[in-house]
Amino acid sequence: MRLFSNTAVLFGKELRTEYRSRELLITTIVFVLIVITLFNFTFDPSVSESRRFGPGLLWLAFLFSASLMLQPCFLKERTNDTLSALRLSVGDPFAIFLAKLLANACLLLLTQLLLLPIFAVLYNIRVMPVFPQLALVFLLGSLGVSVTGTALSAISSQARMRELMLPLLLLPLLVPILIASTEATAALLEPKPSLRWDWLGILIAFDVVFLTALWLFGEYLLEE
Amino acid sequence: MSQRIARPVGLKFNNIEKRFGALYALKRLNLEIAAGECIAVTGRNGSGKTTLLRVASQLTRPTRGDVKYSGLSDGEIPAIGYVSHAVMLYDELTAAENLLLFAKVLGIENPKQRTAELLEATGLVARAGSLVRTFSRGMKQRLAIARALLSGPGLLLLDEPGTGLDTESMVWLVNTVRGLRDDGRTIVMSLHGESGLSQLATRATRLDAGSVVADTRAGATFQTVFAPGER
Amino acid sequence: MIKSGVYSFLVCALMGVTAYASFYIAPTESTMGLVQRIFYLHAPSGMTSLAAFLVSFVGSVAYLLTRKARWDWLAVSAAEVGIAFCTVVLLTGPIWAHPAWGVWWAWDARLTSTLVLWLLYVAFLILRTMIEDADRRALVSAFFGVFTFLDVPLVYGSIWWWRTQHPQPVVFTSAGLDPTMRKVFYLSWLSLTCLMVLLIRQRYVLEQSRDELRTLEQESEAN
Repeated sequence: MRLFSNTAVLFGKELRTEYRSRELLITTIVFVLIVITLFNFTFDPSVSESRRFGPGLLWLAFLFSASLMLQPCFLKERTNDTLSALRLSVGDPFAIFLAKLLANACLLLLTQLLLLPIFAVLYNIRVMPVFPQLALVFLLGSLGVSVTGTALSAISSQARMRELMLPLLLLPLLVPILIASTEATAALLEPKPSLRWDWLGILIAFDVVFLTALWLFGEYLLEE
Repeated sequence: MSQRIARPVGLKFNNIEKRFGALYALKRLNLEIAAGECIAVTGRNGSGKTTLLRVASQLTRPTRGDVKYSGLSDGEIPAIGYVSHAVMLYDELTAAENLLLFAKVLGIENPKQRTAELLEATGLVARAGSLVRTFSRGMKQRLAIARALLSGPGLLLLDEPGTGLDTESMVWLVNTVRGLRDDGRTIVMSLHGESGLSQLATRATRLDAGSVVADTRAGATFQTVFAPGER
Repeated sequence: MIKSGVYSFLVCALMGVTAYASFYIAPTESTMGLVQRIFYLHAPSGMTSLAAFLVSFVGSVAYLLTRKARWDWLAVSAAEVGIAFCTVVLLTGPIWAHPAWGVWWAWDARLTSTLVLWLLYVAFLILRTMIEDADRRALVSAFFGVFTFLDVPLVYGSIWWWRTQHPQPVVFTSAGLDPTMRKVFYLSWLSLTCLMVLLIRQRYVLEQSRDELRTLEQESEAN
């Protein structure tokens, strides 16, 4: 179907342009590290406290960095008005969103997976035994952040004070993701790890609801 | 189903109004362009030329009124080539990658072949593998026109295409547009004043404050349309 | 004109009756005493704010589908009224909690959810101030309004489930309501809902007038 082939082509473009500069990935990773380090100064973690606070701090750091990293998503399409070129070429405008949100989700997921070993070291947590399950939680969480963040990036690029607007709009919206992802991650890092399908259920529900809403109404955001 | 039709189409603007906040970019604009016509649209800055083209390409939704394309059956969408002030190309991709991207997205058969054809036609084969970031204004404009021509469009919308071009590129542009005109395609060009491009036009229209104020079809001469203060 | 005046009077009368009922008709609660009476304002305000946000959602969806400005006016009016009722919940919470339980704030499910809701809709209003063009503002905030309301059940659900997993000493209960208390509660809910309708209407008319003024200004500038 044309939507999927358009999405695939545009997804490839998003990844290729990011790969050429690698600015976004590196900056995001470093920013998450900075936030985690700063958190460390706000309390004196014993091992058991690390285990309790660690997942929450990790996800908080991810959300903060995502709300910054998603800024350029639609902004960069304004420099040469490539957004108009895309709108003229695609069959379904949703392809533009789908390609971007998938690319952003990949970027977020990659950030999380690359940071996982560092996180494990800093907080003395064993992650390898539950790595596949952690990856699943990261994937579902990243999708949720990406779906909403990509949509809101299209919104904030049309507003004043856009650098502040994106975090302002995005972070309260992501409360369910923060709670569910933190709980699911924490459960996997317990001495007796468990995969919490109740929390994953909330993540899946979030992803489906907002993806559907974006599919139904997203093209209006691209109008002039 | 969403295949774009490459036949030359005509345009009919019905009572178009476009408001941006308090500003009326287009107001009670009525204009009919026949298929195959080559029309030059002129006017001062802010007279609505760019908005007119963007409404014609369906990039901008009019606040009131509509645009109809003639020469199409129900459900057919015209293939439109649009060249604007902005270059509408990705700086971080090469010339070839840019064309290939849009060719694939447009659903063109044999996108690689089409890309090669257009690079050849616009004289950019030597720079096909260079990032667009490194291109001069003239080369970017050539590539922009190549992009506009990907779908073999029957309707071409060119927004002040000669801006910033050196003499050599301008000559190339005039020849290219002449070729497209002689090919029978409908061409709408927004121009600042008389030039090599305006001489290709078979019709000229002047906009002021968002409406049509002079038209060679209505009896005005090219001179009065382009320079209303004189003669 | 007369109709809205009559309606306003009725709402005021209803609120008066409710206030009287809350203070004099409802029996005093055994453990918390007098301060518990704030419950008749606190809990129905929460429900009314949700109702207002639902109305705002309807306005947002309707605007996206029809592009008629009046739906945008409804969306922003209802959102503002919803925020007002949310604020009442957030203010009466601590007023109730401190004398009754000695804490100013408890991160219980309902109060926490209300706080997040408040933040979401305040963000909605701030977004509107950041876009000058009226049509663009209406479109963009309608989209965000849809997103925000779709988030509401997810926020409530995830926070409630989170609290179930990590229980806290329970505050703000309305468990075990005496029948008279229940009647006063429903009366309060009714009167607050009527107040909500009144406020939304007033705000809607204000927005309508602003739009008319804007149109007149633009037309005079154009000529």
